[in-house]
Amino acid sequence: MFRYLPFIVKNCWRNRRRTILTVLSIGVSMCLLGVMMALFHAFYLAGPAPDQALRLVVRNKVSLTVTIPLAYRERIRQVPGVREVMVSNWFQGTYKDSRDPKNMFARFAIEPERFFTVFGELKMPEEQKKAFLRERAACIVGRDLANQFHFQPGDRIHITGDIYPGEYEFTVRGIFDSPRASDVMYLNKEYVDQAMPERRRGAVGMFDILIDDPAHSARIAQQVDDLFQNSTAATKTESEQAFTVGFLSLLGNVKAFLIAISAAVMFTILLVSANTMAMSVRERVREVGVLKTLGFTPGTILGLILGEACVISVAGGVIGYAISTVLMKGVADSPFGGFLPSLNVFDGSVAVACILTAAAIGLLSSLAPALGASRVSIVQALRSTD
Amino acid sequence: MAIPLAYNLRNLVVRKTTTIMTALGIALTVAVLLAILSMVNGLRATLSTSGDPLRVLVLRKGSDSELVSNFERAPYQDLKFKPGIAAGADGQPLASLEVVTVINLASVDNPNGMNVTVRGLQPAGMEMRPNVKISAGRWFQAGQRELVAGKSIAQRYPGAGIGRKIHFGRGDWTVVGVMDAGQGAQNSEIWGDLNQVSSDLNRIEVLSSTLLKAVDKVAAAALVENINNDQRLGMHAMSEQEYYDAQTASGAPIEFTGIFVAIIMAIGSSFAAMNTMYAAVSRRAREIGTLRVLGFSRGSILLSFFAESVLLSGLGGLLGCLLVLPLNGLTTGIGNANFAEMAFAFHVTPQIMATGVLFAVVLGAVGGLLPARMASRKEILTALREV
Repeated sequence: MFRYLPFIVKNCWRNRRRTILTVLSIGVSMCLLGVMMALFHAFYLAGPAPDQALRLVVRNKVSLTVTIPLAYRERIRQVPGVREVMVSNWFQGTYKDSRDPKNMFARFAIEPERFFTVFGELKMPEEQKKAFLRERAACIVGRDLANQFHFQPGDRIHITGDIYPGEYEFTVRGIFDSPRASDVMYLNKEYVDQAMPERRRGAVGMFDILIDDPAHSARIAQQVDDLFQNSTAATKTESEQAFTVGFLSLLGNVKAFLIAISAAVMFTILLVSANTMAMSVRERVREVGVLKTLGFTPGTILGLILGEACVISVAGGVIGYAISTVLMKGVADSPFGGFLPSLNVFDGSVAVACILTAAAIGLLSSLAPALGASRVSIVQALRSTD
Repeated sequence: MAIPLAYNLRNLVVRKTTTIMTALGIALTVAVLLAILSMVNGLRATLSTSGDPLRVLVLRKGSDSELVSNFERAPYQDLKFKPGIAAGADGQPLASLEVVTVINLASVDNPNGMNVTVRGLQPAGMEMRPNVKISAGRWFQAGQRELVAGKSIAQRYPGAGIGRKIHFGRGDWTVVGVMDAGQGAQNSEIWGDLNQVSSDLNRIEVLSSTLLKAVDKVAAAALVENINNDQRLGMHAMSEQEYYDAQTASGAPIEFTGIFVAIIMAIGSSFAAMNTMYAAVSRRAREIGTLRVLGFSRGSILLSFFAESVLLSGLGGLLGCLLVLPLNGLTTGIGNANFAEMAFAFHVTPQIMATGVLFAVVLGAVGGLLPARMASRKEILTALREV
């Protein structure tokens, strides 16, 4: 088969304009498919990043907005495999003018003394960590957020509370680096609690749990939920990744959206490629007659045409995948990226899937013209004037 | 003199396989764009029919949504007697103190659970929303753990049908009715008695919001002004319509993604259309020569092939419209300001379809320009000699 590869490539290159247009057309569509596949992979198929795999999130089973008692912490800590339990409250509030979506970034009230144990992958200089621990009104911000608003250590950030009503002023004491998008601000839970009435201090939004081994995550989640099953506040414990994907569902039916667009794109490529192959085969019926006269078997001719379509669509697939990695980088770096599970700009399995899809499309699209050409009789083919 | 359009039409018919394949490729591109546009359009339609300009929503200052607003009972008593509030059937001012929370229920789309808005309200609140009617079962009774589910909730959440029990707060709540709010967002809410819901949630004193019904538009504007200027209250008022309009922003990421996808697909499809047209030009070289011999100018050849490309893509555009038509009325959900799912239906309108055809025509024009130019530049003799 590979003996004929130079011949196939020569055939592709004969009508250069058509081949280039087809490759570009497939490439542009394949880049979309590449992005869709990468997103789908990251959301629903990929395992969590190693650091995320060690974290579980506990919330009230009713919904995230209903609190759970702080006292649960001690009982959760008793579960074998749990290394640390940290309170994490969605603080929200508004920064400057809330109508500008740029000013919306995630704010969590957390416990600084436990924070860097639970979020071990976040890097921040030691003295900044100490400053964050020492000062109640301190906050730390992610590198992305700091770059966006030009926050410097020592800057003051004014937030108007809503879930936790009041006016707050936080001093930036550190900027941390994260392997993911970091448009996020962490502040001291103690500081917020001071402004709250007594009854709210014992109620928390979420617990972030650090566990000892990713393999135990399902068992630990089950055990935690079993502990509180019959209490007033039943809990739901899930991996950090599942928790993030849960947020995505608020954007709409993401899964159906991804599948529908991928299907439309795939079908379009199929049509484009089938059309091109049909055109180029039709132009060469006489040539097929000549090849047959020279002794090429119908099987070889079938292979030649299928091969040509594959070469074109795989070329498109490779170009498309290359563009899609650039687009993925854009998606991961966008402010939206902070809400997504960790995205790999390059992922081997996605690349392979992308190129295999392209090859399959090539085969499928040229099947009809190739079969026609391989079956046509020599006399008929030589007589063709089209 | 122009070459008659019938020539192009016939050409498209003669090469029907190529025509259909190219047109279908364009149709799919158009369909993706139209599907997204009709989705965003449906979302807008739902949001714009949900709010009434005469209703004024009051939240605690600093809160953007009912969910995060902490509203105490004391200021409610002051609000009730502000000027310009319409009187209800019982002669009392139409002012409804409400509590809003979200609960997690398994939906058809998402068995892992979606957030659903639960609203506790008083009879005044129901009187102020006459567009919301019971379509099956009955209203909830005060002091009972009873709920009425919106139409979309009842359809999309298997656990929220009549007679089903939902657990939250301190016990099981029974769904006793289904309400219909036309196209409004209330279809995606679950309603219960204010006092029962708030006591179950441990929020007897701290609720979410107050809705006021103004006598007329002027009074509504004055009421908003009055409340926002009342420093003592520390409240923020806006017309309910404004509140819902602000939420159309939640469709922005989808709209952006959709348009982005459609444009990329359009680039791909215009390359494909270009391919088809180039093939047509080279296959019809002799025809072009003949036309030139007959006296048609280069300009009319250019125009003719350009028109053919536009016709081809226009056909694709129409096919695309046909493809999205079945989506009309299909229900889907999106997150709203209250961090809960709001259902809305795809809305395929004539304007949207016109946009689709226009989009296809532009795509075909871009793809057809170069091949048409090539056709017009052919020399008569060489064209006639080509096989």
